[in-house]
Amino acid sequence: MADVTLRKVVKRYDEVEAVRGIDLDIADHEFVVLVGPSGCGKSTTLRMIAGLEDISDGDIMIGGDVINDVPPKDRDIAMVFQNYALYPHMTVAENMSFGLRLKRYPKAEIKSRVDEAARMLDIVELVDRKPKQLSGGQRQRVAMGRAIVRNPKVFLFDEPLSNLDAKLRVQMRIEIKKVHQKVRTTTVYVTHDQVEAMTLADRVVVMNHGRIEQIGTPNELYHKPATKFVASFIGSPAMNFVPCRLEDVGGKLHVRLTDRIAFPLPPARAARYQGVPRTDRLLLGLRPEHITEAKPHHEPGIENFDTVLDVTEPMGMETLIYFTLEGAQICGRVNPNAGARDGGPLRLAVDLNNMHLLNEVTGVVL
Amino acid sequence: MSTVTIDKAAPTRKVKYGSMSRDRAWALKWSYFFLTIFAMFSLLPPLYMLITSLKSSAEISAATNPWWVYNPTLANYFEILTSNQFLRFFWNSAMVSIFVVTITMLISVPAAFALARMRFWGSATLATGVFLTYLIPETLLFLPLFKMFAAFGEFTGIQLINKWYVLLIIYPTLTVPFCTWIMIGYFASIPKELDEAAVIDGASWFQTLTRIFIPVAFPGIIAATIFAFTVSWAQFLYPLVFTTSTDQLVLPVGIITTLIKGDVFAWGQIMTGALLGAAPPLIIYAFLMDYYIAGLTAGATKG
Repeated sequence: MADVTLRKVVKRYDEVEAVRGIDLDIADHEFVVLVGPSGCGKSTTLRMIAGLEDISDGDIMIGGDVINDVPPKDRDIAMVFQNYALYPHMTVAENMSFGLRLKRYPKAEIKSRVDEAARMLDIVELVDRKPKQLSGGQRQRVAMGRAIVRNPKVFLFDEPLSNLDAKLRVQMRIEIKKVHQKVRTTTVYVTHDQVEAMTLADRVVVMNHGRIEQIGTPNELYHKPATKFVASFIGSPAMNFVPCRLEDVGGKLHVRLTDRIAFPLPPARAARYQGVPRTDRLLLGLRPEHITEAKPHHEPGIENFDTVLDVTEPMGMETLIYFTLEGAQICGRVNPNAGARDGGPLRLAVDLNNMHLLNEVTGVVL
Repeated sequence: MSTVTIDKAAPTRKVKYGSMSRDRAWALKWSYFFLTIFAMFSLLPPLYMLITSLKSSAEISAATNPWWVYNPTLANYFEILTSNQFLRFFWNSAMVSIFVVTITMLISVPAAFALARMRFWGSATLATGVFLTYLIPETLLFLPLFKMFAAFGEFTGIQLINKWYVLLIIYPTLTVPFCTWIMIGYFASIPKELDEAAVIDGASWFQTLTRIFIPVAFPGIIAATIFAFTVSWAQFLYPLVFTTSTDQLVLPVGIITTLIKGDVFAWGQIMTGALLGAAPPLIIYAFLMDYYIAGLTAGATKG
């Protein structure tokens, strides 16, 4: 069993708390991604699991054993670094087998493990080369190979794709996913890229200011964010937020955005928000895909309104539109044939069935 | 390296880049001008030594053109190379230098690794302290050192003064601080992730040093070796003070003390001895410079 458990884990640097009491349960075979902006404590957390940083407080367990004071080499983990960290004077095969050679594995076993990993990563023809003769993507494969041959309990990835160009990153993302499907090793993966987090993870852990904001599957985080931070961090383009308040008009609950614009809430939403004080300052959260061109016929929960666009960004399969509402810049996604143009008027529809309502002060999603 | 790229790049560049290329051309001209001056400055003395070493004593004292050899002779070389004394000096110098280089590297490489990587309390201060000790001149140190060794001899009965191997203890006071300093710089330039990867791969501190750091910082080790060798080969003041018997002398002191008798200078032999003495460092430079190539860490991480 290689489940990883963090109990109230704290990391203090002098007076600064980089990680402020994290609880996390990672199941055997699970692929968990820690994501968050720089300085959120995600790398520190990973390095504490690796044993490269001391734990100031709390416990970390691998396979049920507390490993707080176990040196990295005895934790049975392997790590892939952002800048690859290959040994420059060794060939690819030597790089991959270094750990096994230190542990005095039999030569034949080392060779078969290296060969297998090289085949899996498609670097068989590179095994006799030195790192400087490799491209960035190849180097990162070797770094992964070095982790795979060890056959550890846990893989730790520290922003492994950040140094690659965009195209290669997408490709390597798929490679990592394939490798995980084959070896099924418990994986903790750190990134600041929410797309990487969403595409790779079984579960995503969103971190901010040394705390966990939310843990969930990619879909849960996307559709049911717990806080404004998660709502704005996950998804690209980011979720729109418009200042608003609730209002009762003719016995029906409305969300009022401006003096001009107020939308009646669909019944399910109205029931959910009934208890919210009408005086609270709120934010209406809407993802860009829920702001589209107006449809010819009315659908429940979808409300139309007119606006003047600031800027349009044709993406091919869709056009991103930007306009201003109550001082907030709003992004929507419309059909390329909807007639959107820079500075032009457009009738838009908002899908309130997928709306979010947030407390503006606390940032909590209601 | 840079001159090679300039030479190759210049002819292919047909386009005039205006003032930029003119500035560059002027900078090149000036640098060649000064480099020529400095080259002459440092190469004329050895040339003069070579010329003089090929002359007989009579020709040296004759009032002829000192830059020309009229009757070249290898007598000085024959004299020096068949003299047991000179060979003894040479042997002493070689032994001292080889041992000092070995001792220095055995101390300063692990010391530099510890100071650069094992963050312990006061390691930064200690690293600066190591360098500061190098700044104390030997002219200030030789008397106290002599007193110390004299006192040591009195108390223990082990007489180290006037033995060539006393230099094995004294020279490292010059070489260890500087070599440690050089190696700290080289080790510090190795990305932190490399030792972290080694630690996770299961390497101990010692294995990290021997299997990762020493091979990766090999150019730095060569540089430090060259430095330590040069210092111990050319050291003059300490052997002059600490060794007096002819069989204990090293080359620089030996040449001066045995070839100058009173006010009689055997110039031909002095020049020959000095020239032969300068050969080993040159040979070692030429040999080690091949290994002294930068950029050995290329490929370890994203450049």
